[in-house]
Formats: sequence, C-alpha cells, structure tokens
Amino acid sequence: MQLWLIPVLPFAGFAINGLLGQRFSKTLVNLFGIGSVLLSFAWVLKTLLGLGDLSAAHVEHYFTWIQSGTFTLGCDFAVDRLTAVMLLVVTGIGSLIHIYSIGYMAHEYGPHYGGYYRFFAYMNLFMFFMLVLVLAANFLVLFVGWEGVGLCSYLLIGFYFEKKFATDAGNKAFIVNRIGDFGFSLAMFYMVKSFGSLDFTTVFQKAPTAPESVLTLIGILLMVGAAGKSAQIPLYVWLPDAMAGPTPVSALIHAATMVTAGVYMTSRCWPIYTHAPIAMEVIAVIGLATAFVAATIGTAQNDIKKVFAYSTVSQLGYMFVGVGVGAFSAGIYHLVTHAFFKALLFLGSGSVIHALSGEQDLRNMGGLRRKIPWTFWTMISAALAIAGVPPFAGFFSKDAILLAAYHHSPWMYWLGTLTAGITAFYVFRAIFLAFFGTYRGDGHPHESPPVMTVPLAILALLSVAGGFMFPVPQFLSAVFPPIKEAEDITLMGFSVAAGVMGILVAYVMYVAKPALADFVAANMKGLYTLVYNKYFVDEVYDRMLVKPVVGGSRMLLWRAADVGLIDGIANGIGSRARDIGGILRLLQSGNIRSYATWVVFGSVLLIVAMGMAGGLR
Amino acid sequence: MNLPTLLLMLPLAGFLIALAIPRSSPEGSRVWALVISLVTFLVSLVLPQVFDWNAAGEQLAINVPWITTPEIRYYVAVDGVGLWLLLLTTFLTPICVLVSWRYIQSRVKEFYVFLLLLEFGLLGVFIAQDLFLFYVFWEVSLVPMYFLVGIWGHERRIYAAVKFFLFTMAGSVLMLVAIIYLYNRAGTFSYPTLLEMLSGGRLSFAPTEQLLLFLAFFVAFAIKVPLFPLHTWLPDAHVEAPTAGSVMLASVMLKMGTYGILHFCLPLFPSASRQCAPWIAMLAIIGIIYGALVSMVQPNMKKLVAYSSVSHLGFVVLGIFSFTQLGLDGAVYQMLNHGISTGALFVLVGLLYERRHSLAIEDYGGVATAAPWLSTAFLITTLASIGLPMLNNFVGEFLVLQGTALANYTWAVWAALGVILSACYMLWLYQRVFYGVASEPLRSRLPDLNPREWAMVVPLVAMMVWMGVYPQSFLPPVSKTTARVLSQTQVNVPFLVKRKPNPEVARAR
Repeated sequence: MQLWLIPVLPFAGFAINGLLGQRFSKTLVNLFGIGSVLLSFAWVLKTLLGLGDLSAAHVEHYFTWIQSGTFTLGCDFAVDRLTAVMLLVVTGIGSLIHIYSIGYMAHEYGPHYGGYYRFFAYMNLFMFFMLVLVLAANFLVLFVGWEGVGLCSYLLIGFYFEKKFATDAGNKAFIVNRIGDFGFSLAMFYMVKSFGSLDFTTVFQKAPTAPESVLTLIGILLMVGAAGKSAQIPLYVWLPDAMAGPTPVSALIHAATMVTAGVYMTSRCWPIYTHAPIAMEVIAVIGLATAFVAATIGTAQNDIKKVFAYSTVSQLGYMFVGVGVGAFSAGIYHLVTHAFFKALLFLGSGSVIHALSGEQDLRNMGGLRRKIPWTFWTMISAALAIAGVPPFAGFFSKDAILLAAYHHSPWMYWLGTLTAGITAFYVFRAIFLAFFGTYRGDGHPHESPPVMTVPLAILALLSVAGGFMFPVPQFLSAVFPPIKEAEDITLMGFSVAAGVMGILVAYVMYVAKPALADFVAANMKGLYTLVYNKYFVDEVYDRMLVKPVVGGSRMLLWRAADVGLIDGIANGIGSRARDIGGILRLLQSGNIRSYATWVVFGSVLLIVAMGMAGGLR
Repeated sequence: MNLPTLLLMLPLAGFLIALAIPRSSPEGSRVWALVISLVTFLVSLVLPQVFDWNAAGEQLAINVPWITTPEIRYYVAVDGVGLWLLLLTTFLTPICVLVSWRYIQSRVKEFYVFLLLLEFGLLGVFIAQDLFLFYVFWEVSLVPMYFLVGIWGHERRIYAAVKFFLFTMAGSVLMLVAIIYLYNRAGTFSYPTLLEMLSGGRLSFAPTEQLLLFLAFFVAFAIKVPLFPLHTWLPDAHVEAPTAGSVMLASVMLKMGTYGILHFCLPLFPSASRQCAPWIAMLAIIGIIYGALVSMVQPNMKKLVAYSSVSHLGFVVLGIFSFTQLGLDGAVYQMLNHGISTGALFVLVGLLYERRHSLAIEDYGGVATAAPWLSTAFLITTLASIGLPMLNNFVGEFLVLQGTALANYTWAVWAALGVILSACYMLWLYQRVFYGVASEPLRSRLPDLNPREWAMVVPLVAMMVWMGVYPQSFLPPVSKTTARVLSQTQVNVPFLVKRKPNPEVARAR
C-alpha cells in the first residue's frame, strides 16, 4: 500500500522548502509546505479505505536497517486500528494547523524576516517524524520518530532564536526529553536481552511468557520515556516553557500530537503492561498526580498560553490514568478528543494574540467577545468540551476514563473528578478574563482572516460533535483488552456537576464579582504564592541538579581533577624525569679531570667492595 | 599491483614530489596535495569493490621480505575493519587539504609535505600485518603530527606538541618491548603466523606473561585512544593544533588506538583481555561521563570538542570490552562515526576561527543570522554527534550500548548517561555560538560558506546521513571481521577466564 509515502511526502516538503525556500515566494512555500501535508492526509485516507476493516495489522518491510550477529532490525511500517486513529489525528489536525499558519505566520515573510519558509520546513519535518513514530513496526523505528519529533520541537520552540528565553526553552525541552529517552533506551536494551528482538510482534508475543519482574522493569522504563515526551511528573517542566514557540507549534506539537506520543506508546505496549500490574499502577498514580498538580498550577497563570500549557499537562495525566487503569481505548479516545479541543484552544488563543498584536497576558485583555466573535464562539465550544459538559467531545472520553478509574479504585475517580472541576474553573477563568468585562489593553483588536478562522470553525465542529461522531473505543475494541468500568449513571452525574460547578465559580469570581478573585488571592497568600510560582519546581531542579552538576564539573572535575590532579601527575612525571636527567647530566660534564676523579672514586669503591667480600680468590 | 601497496605508495610518492616543489610556489604545493590526495581517495574507492564481503580473513595480502635478520617482512593486507579506516583516512585527507587552503599561510610547502607523510603513516598502520612494520608506521605517523602541531599551532604549540610526543612515545616504547619479546618467544613478527601458532597450541603464554604483554600493548593503545585517565595530552594537542591537525588527530589517529586494541590485543591475549575487561570497562564508563561533564564547562570550543572525544571514544572501548557481536560492531562503527562527525566539528570550528580569529565561545553569538548555511551544517553535525537517529552516531551508540547491556546491564545504564550529557554540552555550545543577536562587528566578519567550504561540508554531511540511514552499506564486512575476533578470543583461554581450571584439561595441555 506504499505506506512509506505517508511520511515521505512531508519530508519532501521539508527538503524543498528547507533547501530552496529562501528564494521562494509565499505562495510557493505554501504550495510545498501545505500541499505535502494535504497529500499525505489524502494518502492516509486512501490507504485506510484500501485496507478494509484492519482487523489484523498490515506490515510493510522496506530494508534491513541494522544487522549485527543474530540481531536484525528492519525499517518496517505497520498499520492497525490504533495506528489508523493516530494517522488520522496527525495528518488531519496537522493539515488544519498548517493552513492556519498561513495567516498566523504571515508577518514572518519579508526582506527582514526569513522565518516563513523555515517555519514550514520545520513543521513538515515534524510531520515526517511524527508519522514515522506512529507507523513504526518496531521499537527502534518508533524511537527514530520519537527523537525526531523532539528535535523538531527543539527547533520550533527556539524558532525565535535571537531571544534567549526561547532557545533556553528549546534546550530544556530537548534535554528533559533526553532524560526520558534514557529510560526508553534502557527499556529497549532489556527487551533485546529478554526477547532478542525489537519487533512489536515478537516482543508482544513473547512478553506474556516473561517473568513479571522483567515486564515491570521494562514497563517502568518505558514510562520514564513516556513521562519525558508526554510531560508527566517529574519531567513535565519543559512543556510550559515550550510555549516560547509560535502558537501553531503549541497547538500541533505541544498539544495535539507529539506530547501524546507517550500515551500512544504505552497503549501500544499493552501486552507488556497487562502482565505488569505494578508498572500500570505507577502509570495511573503518576498520571493522576500530574493531572491534579498541573490543574492547580493552571488556576494562577496569567499568560493565556501558559494556562493551556498546564492544562495540556493535566489532560495528558488523564490519558495516563486511562492507560494505567487498563482502559487503553479510553486513553486513546481522550487523546483524540483532546487533539480537537486543545488544538482549538491554542489556535484560538493564537487568534487572540494575533488580534492583539502579540499580547499574551490575560490581564491586558477583556471584552473581546464582540471584537473577535468567531474566535470567541469557537473557543467557547472547546472550553465546554474540556470542561466535560455533555454532549461535547471531552465529556465522552473523560467520562470513560473516570468510570474505569472508579472500577480500579474509587479514590482515583474522586480525585479525577475534583481535577475536572478545577479544569473547568481555570479554562473558564481564562475565557472570562479574555472575552468578558471591558477591554483593558490599548491595542485595536481585529478578527483574524478566514484562513485562520475556518480551521477554528472545523475544530469547533469536532469539539462539539467529535465525541459521538467518532466512537473510538468501539473501533479499538479489536486492538485492546476490554475495558472494565463502573456502570453508574450517578458517577457520571458527579463528574458533570464538578465541571459545571467549576464554570460557575469562575463566572462568579471573574464576571459577576471580579473583586472576589483578588480577595481570595490576598487571603490565601501562602497557597497562592506557591501555586503562582508553580510550586517552585523549576527552582528546586535548578538548585538541586543543574547548578551542582555544572559547578561541580567546572570546579571539581575540570579544574581540580583534570588539570590539577591527572595532568599534574603526568606533568610531574615529566618534570621528575627532567630533574633526574639534570642530575645525571652532571656526570657527563666533558671535563677530563672530573672523569678521572670519578674513575678513581669508582676504583676505590670497587676495591673496598671486593675486600669486604673476601678479596679475589 | 597490490592495491593496498598502491594506496600506500600514492601519498608517499606525493610526499617525495611535494618535497621537490619550490618553496616560492605555495599554490603549487596546495594544488599538488589536493590532486594526490584526491587520486588516493579515488583509488581507495576501488577497495570495497575488490574486497570479498563474504570472507572474514585478511585480503589483498602481499608478503615479501624486507629485512632478512631479524626477519622483518613487508606484509600488508586488509580486513573488514581496516578497509573502512583506510577509506576514512583517504576521505578526510583531501578535506584537510581544503580546510588548510587559506588557513595555512606560512611554510605552506612543508605543511603539505607533512600532511602527505601523515597520510602515508596512517594508511600503513591500518594494513600492516607484520608487527615490526606496524610499529614503523605507528612511529612514522607520529612525526608529522608532531610538526603539524609544533609549527602551525597556536600560542602554546611547543608545549602541546612535546606533550603529545612524549605521551605517545611512552606507550609505544612499551609496545616495542612487547613486540621484541614476542619475537624472541615465537621467532616471527608476522601477526597472522602468531595467531596461527596460538590457535594451534604451538605458542602459549603463562598467565602473568600474557597479562604483562597485554598491558604493554594496551597502555600504548589506551594512550592513543585516549582512555581515561591517560587523556590529558588530547585537549592540549587539539586546542593548539591547526584545523587540519585536529581533524587528522581526532578522526584518524585516535582510531589507531582502538584499532590496535581490537586487532592485536584481543586476539593475541584473549584471556588477559577478558580478565581485564571489567576494569577497562569501568575506565571507559568513567571516561564517557567524565569527558562529557568536563566538556560541558569548557570555555574554548576546541577543548569542548576534544573532551567530547574522550567521551565518544569511551563508547568505543566499552563496546570492544563487552565481548559481544553487537558491542564490537558498534565499536567499529562508532570509530568511523566519530571520525566523520568529530572531524566535521573540527572543520566547522576551524571555519569559525578563520572568520573571527577566536576559539572562545563567549566571543560568538548570533552566528545563525549572519551565516545560516554554516549554522545549518554545524547543527546537523551537532545532532549527529549527540546521536540523533537517522544520523551516523546513533547506530554506533545503539549497538555499543545494546551489546554492553547484553554483557552487563549495569554498565549500559551508566554509559547511557553519556547520551543525556552529550545533548547538554553540544546544545549549550550551539546556543551560545549560533543563537542570540550577532554584534555588528561579528556580523560583518561572518560571511557564509564559500564554494571551497561547501566542497568540504557537503561530503561530510552526506556521509553522516548515509551512515545513519543505511548502515548495511558498511556493517557486513565489519561483522565478519569482529566475529572472527570474537572467535579468536575463545582460543587459548582456559587458565584465566575459568576461575578453577579443570586439572585434567590442564594436564592434557
């Protein structure tokens, strides 16, 4: 079916724009940059239609990538139903965001800005790696995509590379992801050790027969990788900083697709996890803790993109709860709906930022709902979706996760429901601050061009109806073991009530009685400071990890150990040799009389020695 | 004519003719060096064609007497590892000629004379099968490098050159003693004959004897690698060397050490190698982490890359002493990868130096705006160096770490930390040099790549991609050779690897 065309099309776009884009007109950049992604989307549709019901995986082998001894690894792609879902999300949402970028990045084109073609080249490269990631038929090819999307994330976070905070954020993202990839690699090494292969089919076939301790170790190491890529505790710190990139990047990479790769990968590994209950428990607890902590941080952020960034961290936590409690298809379901509404929230805030010529601070917005109505109404639908209000998309998926969590252990359900309430609160806090009340800035807000609003409208449609339009769990029931979930309409009622309550509280605090918010903040100063400063996690990491490592390397390892000790010893041997040579040199004076003295001295010594030894016999 | 000999004769002839070019014509020296190194490269491209990919042993051999007493023979041949190291050398020499085109302005003739002599010595090292001949080439390569650093280097060049020379000499004297000892024991310098005698049981070493011989060879090679803690000559030599010197030093000369370990130490002294493996692996792992950490805090670009070499070469040594097929293949592949990507890093740092006349990181910033293609090339090289998939280093690092994990999982855990750290120091370097706003004087002094520079950068980048995407173009002959090395390390091992030797077996022997 020529699966390779799916990623290679965007790669061609990257190559053409990357090599020649500097000289291209805007239209030409768009043609290659967006055309390639649209073609890829079309090819996905054609492929999936051609493959029928996909009850079994369709595998294509291209060439042997690495062979050493008995270990062979192919460049193989495969499509099953899980991959099909991912392909549609990546190319579908990807196409919309690429189109939106025409408008958003327009000002980057011109004699003084070379960024326009570069942006599309990076975005296309990202699409290539992301598609490799989801198409991979073995762990190492998946890892190619995995690291590759990380690279593109790095490049796009640091897109405005003249600004130090942007490149700092890029480095942070790459390095934190590398820590995750450390775990991922170690998991792969252990798989080869235990199963002799990295092919999905072989590994998953042999996994059930392996000892539980092995599977637990592999499962937890894989989760370390997923925690890096999908921004989970303790590796989530890079994602909020990643908002330094252009907003379409935040929507595509840091909300809809790349950051969900960890959820995809862990779900893909369900045959390992279902035999490693401890690893699953770890995932569920990490996911839930992340969901809760990130949600609380989201309540006190003033940068509109930061609010949604923490919201992404939090929602990814939900997905991991789904994976951790064994509701893999619910996790993927939430991945899909989240791609709709979170991409929309980001693109919408991009439209707001665009309207306000770069303003991102919620305190300088307000009253925008009449000035940019398209943006407002589409964002409202996304906000209702994330708040879990039926029948919006997020309701179905979040509910599936929470009910499965209840079946696993009720406290997870209750904490998840509380988090849902907080989520509704902070999302609507942002909405109310931006769109209600009176305008507090000094710009001239203007609605975005159709090339931006039409993608918003499509995503709004998906946020409203995506939940029942795409019954993902039913589609994936052929892939995953069945979900065990609590059948209880009251539980559903509680979570919906929590969402509605959150919206109401936000309404009271930010629309009806605006003074209330300040009053609350003033009266809970300690807690507010803690949350506002994101629990000082960045500062702790900096003090406990970054500073000691850098300082220790400089003072102890380099100056003291390397230059002082090791080189000192080497040079010391050198100069000792010279000293000894210097003494010995005195013997070779070239002076006949001194030689004669030495001869006499030596003869005397010899005679004395012989005499003491008993004389000549 | 025997192809390896032809390859050896080309730079030698080039060297002799270059001596005759009048000093008044530096352009003539440059052009001649370029022509002869390109011809050598083109001829070397025939090697993989005539090389039998399905055979494990040395090929294309020629074995004629050189000196009658003691019997030293001109015995050269190519195996699956030497094959690629030869190509690496011939590939990089024209690039070194090009990179020195404007950089070297004084004593131009002598510079290229030494460069061609260096190529001759390096090629010889990788094909010599007679231990004495090997030693001769080993020393021949040392001399021109000494002069390259000592004459065309930066301020502290004499110190660096002498240090480099003394360190290497200290090791090679030990090796010479061991070679002579071997000759007294076995009556031959011929390496294949020695192996035959070992496997046939006509020659065997007592445990202590083997250990001492192993250490004599190993220390010589380890200094060259350089293995922690014998590495301190390297940063000095690199910082002071001219660009071409750094490239040859890092890309090819360091591989003399790892090649020596793989080619001589393991097959000749299998049980001593296995006995020492845990200790050496530990040193390699320390080198990986330590090199990376020290690299991170360097204020000088060349020193940073030099320490990163300590880290990268740690992977190679670790792979070798994992005694697994994957580890050995990865180690060899990593030798080639390091040759390409670190060579490219030194070339690119050299290009920056030519523009700004500084190696201090703090003197840069914002280069990406001024010279976008130079920055792109540097970025790709950086990514290759930190092991991004689809670029060359990834394949090598994966195989090394995987092989190590099969042998000892804990080692792999520690060594994999190096992969995190490499991202730290390289990306931080990249940020400080290329990102940010370029100051006005810097901007005006930073033209982008010119055609000559494109001609160096494009082949290097192309190799990074090729070796990362399709390693099967290179790995099969390597695997054949390393598989043979592994089987050779099974020979002659009973007394040390098995803790308690079976007395009956010992009696029978």
